[in-house]
Amino acid sequence: MKKILSKIGLVFALLIMVVSLGACSQSSSGAKRDVLKDDKQSNTITWGVKADTKLFGLMEVKDNRIKGFEVDLAKAMTKQILGKNGKARFIQVTSQTRMPLLANGNIDAIMATMTITPERAKQVDFTRSYFDAGQAILVKNGSPIKNVKGLNHKGAVVLGVVGSNSVQNIKKFAPKARVLQLSDYSQALTALKSGQGDALTTDNGILYGMSIENPGYSVVGGTFTKEPYGIATAKGQKPLHNAMNNALTKVENSGQYNKLIYKWFHNVRGFDMKGAER
Amino acid sequence: MISIFQNYGGELLTGLGQTLLCSIIALFFALIIGSIFAIMETVPNKAARIIARVYIEVFRNIPLLVITMFFYVVIPMYVVKISGFASGTIGLTLYSSAFIAETVRSGIQSVDPGQMEGSRANGLSFWQAMRYIILPQAFRYVIPPLGNQFINLVKNSSVLAFVAGFDLMYQGNVIASDSLQSMSTYLCVGLLYLILTLPLSYYMRYLEKKLA
Repeated sequence: MKKILSKIGLVFALLIMVVSLGACSQSSSGAKRDVLKDDKQSNTITWGVKADTKLFGLMEVKDNRIKGFEVDLAKAMTKQILGKNGKARFIQVTSQTRMPLLANGNIDAIMATMTITPERAKQVDFTRSYFDAGQAILVKNGSPIKNVKGLNHKGAVVLGVVGSNSVQNIKKFAPKARVLQLSDYSQALTALKSGQGDALTTDNGILYGMSIENPGYSVVGGTFTKEPYGIATAKGQKPLHNAMNNALTKVENSGQYNKLIYKWFHNVRGFDMKGAER
Repeated sequence: MISIFQNYGGELLTGLGQTLLCSIIALFFALIIGSIFAIMETVPNKAARIIARVYIEVFRNIPLLVITMFFYVVIPMYVVKISGFASGTIGLTLYSSAFIAETVRSGIQSVDPGQMEGSRANGLSFWQAMRYIILPQAFRYVIPPLGNQFINLVKNSSVLAFVAGFDLMYQGNVIASDSLQSMSTYLCVGLLYLILTLPLSYYMRYLEKKLA
């Protein structure tokens, strides 16, 4: 009898743990603080950036620093918000980790090739778009697939990255293809190279970066969606959100933005420089 | 959490099925391969012992993810095209078999050597003595540590998530990024893993009591 009771007790303890954890997930954003104020005090803005995406945010193995268009833009914007001596701290995120990290306050803002979508806008606040990308596909040179329609048949395998908007889109444009979602872009590219899929789909900006590194692969068929990238801040951080929008406008007006676009994209095959400049 | 089950029940169920399938296949073959190498480690033949030693040390000391990525990336490039699920299951089988081999070997060696000598003196061949005298006792000794290995195997099957094997963890990642409710999603995934491992754990306990 005693044994049974202790077992029941154990099950209850487990249940209570699970339920209370579940309750946490609903109310974790309870602690309200003004991120912008805190940042001004510490003179630091913490950005969540990609570390596996050439041209946007890539960890350089030589000096262990993340480099890319987004990193440079974040630095420029930090200077606009905090003044000349403002420091930008970078934390590497993936498509999966960026929302949780923002929600629990590990990062102040996300600038990680994040498309503005209505669903995401329910969870975070987006600034104006800072880069207008579009979804495209990357295939091996000489592949029979010329555009996204070429993937819409049974047996076609498309590779994508978990948590990216592009895997949802490709289901609309090529509903018959099978979609494999890998954990990050370098994994997806490795899978493409080892023949695990026919094409890799994501935003064109990222694919251009891959084709620079891998001349045997090219972007085909142009873009088939519009993917405006926005900077995400946590809900309820109006001051920070407004400061970001203002800083973005200033960076664009001062011509810094166009310099950064030129720095990162001027030698990319097929990149529309005129369309990207602001 | 309930909304996750309602909205993504199908995905979670597929994930559970794939994880279960991968675990059963891997468990079956890992037990066979592991036992074979365990016996090879204890036979008098030196060559067999060395082969078994090398196999066990290689697969026991390489991370599971590396073994799996090898089968996912390198083998399709040069040998034959295999899917993510297959490469994950193969990786898991080889990795777990090395641990099972070590466990079973310890069981075989914990049987008093006098038993082998006695059986041989009574006219049994080496293999007969192994089959009828040593192994039944050895397996009884190693049920608790073997149970650990089985549970580890089920949990390690989450390596499939890295090679798009559509298992529970993979579906968890997909659902978390789709629903944007990472906390409740991973809680659901954790619960489903418990559903797989708890009965296994209790069954091993039951076996232990019944046989010991």
